[in-house]
Amino acid sequence: MSIEVNPLPAEDVQLTNDEIIRYSRHLIMPEVTLSGQRKLKNAKVLCVGTGGLGSPVALYLAAAGVGNIGMVDYDIVEANNLQRQIIHGTSTIGKLKVESAKDRLLDINPHINITVHNNLFTSQNALELADPYDLIIDGTDNFPTRYLVNDVCVLQNKPNVYGSIFRFEGQVSVFWAEHGPCYRCLFPEPPPPGLVPSCAEGGVLGILPGTIGTMQATEAIKLIVGIGEPLIGKLLLYDALAMSVDTVRLKKSPDCVICSSQPTITELIDYEQFCGMPLHDQTDEEGAGDEWDITVSQLNDKFNAGDKIRLIDVREDFEWDIVHLPQAELIPMGDLPGRLSEFNTTDEHVIMCRTGGRSAQMLQLLVSAGITKVKNLKGGIRAWATEIDTELPIY
Amino acid sequence: MPNIRIPTPLRTYTNGDTEITVQGTTVGEALHDLTNQHVELRQHLYNEDGKLRAFVNIFLDGDDVRHLNGENTAINAESNLRIVPSVAGGLIYKHNINMSKTK
Repeated sequence: MSIEVNPLPAEDVQLTNDEIIRYSRHLIMPEVTLSGQRKLKNAKVLCVGTGGLGSPVALYLAAAGVGNIGMVDYDIVEANNLQRQIIHGTSTIGKLKVESAKDRLLDINPHINITVHNNLFTSQNALELADPYDLIIDGTDNFPTRYLVNDVCVLQNKPNVYGSIFRFEGQVSVFWAEHGPCYRCLFPEPPPPGLVPSCAEGGVLGILPGTIGTMQATEAIKLIVGIGEPLIGKLLLYDALAMSVDTVRLKKSPDCVICSSQPTITELIDYEQFCGMPLHDQTDEEGAGDEWDITVSQLNDKFNAGDKIRLIDVREDFEWDIVHLPQAELIPMGDLPGRLSEFNTTDEHVIMCRTGGRSAQMLQLLVSAGITKVKNLKGGIRAWATEIDTELPIY
Repeated sequence: MPNIRIPTPLRTYTNGDTEITVQGTTVGEALHDLTNQHVELRQHLYNEDGKLRAFVNIFLDGDDVRHLNGENTAINAESNLRIVPSVAGGLIYKHNINMSKTK
């Protein structure tokens, strides 16, 4: 069943001669033709996020001639983005992502309109930001914004072209409450913080968001032109290592809190509270709470004073190979539960990892096991490399 | 024997195995066998009350078991189960470690 996102015939939208040359490979396909290309030109698509997923989505939508593309992002381009966020480049490091993306898109296609929103997408601005658009692309990187994007789409009756990634695996779907399930039908609740690792902790194959984002762009174009079978009521599961693509069937939940016949959510809520985690990462530092944390400068002072401290690095051996402190000893967090007998309750311990999150979890384990003379290195080796030894690489 | 496909985020707890052969005649029995084989998986699939966590989706041969008979859904030797996790993306989450629990 084909479903058109934009039922307007768009016949009053004209293509210039330059556009006809540019889109000629579309125009000669019977499934697209001039009529489909007009629909693309008339379409208004909002990309929430211009990172790993948003990059290929926006690049292909722009190249395809989607006439009005909005982009929401609050971030700036950093060097560690460029392994996967291909809309940005080395020359735009330090620029606003939305500005970097806009320049790239208009270089690809000057015939389209780009609107940038250099903001967080929040409960306060989301309905107004999304209002002019026909279709929303979920290219976000966190649970609160995913629930927010979903709820905006349900409340405004718009398709949510969803993609998400982790390491070598990705998911794609089209959530559209009028025609099928929404994101909440599949995931009624987010996982508690810390239970599911993020890509920033677990890593992501740089090309994976390229594959998944390109599938999202494909779904968006199909919906706009009104061709093919949209991924409504289906979740596509992609495994890059196995090079397998599977599809599972989704159904609307009769108990869905927002898209069922008896919704309990009828307006946007506080998504940070709902998910127990923030919409954004303003700091790389994680900790276990003031009482249990030690800062890198405090630890450095202790080392300089000759204090006897056992510094345990709970990262993986391949992370240790990238950078480690000479005072540290490696006990990967997976091995730690089996090596508790190596800890002496009278010794002073400091636990560290990359940013302080995993070490905080291991600190909790140690304290539970009665090893209470223990601190968590706040900010981890990134903070050490930023504040104490700036010669060290940061990853 | 039925098998369960393990998604990437949970493979840390299955020694990297992507598919686990399990025993059981229902979805619930199969999952219990899985968590007996890999004990660390239990806290990721079940909450403190022993209920499947709301964000854990179990599909039997492509269908969400919530729309079948839940954990009581019958399976056979040819059944393919898969766990579909809730995955957000790249943001680093702050770990809300509640140290008061350990005091």
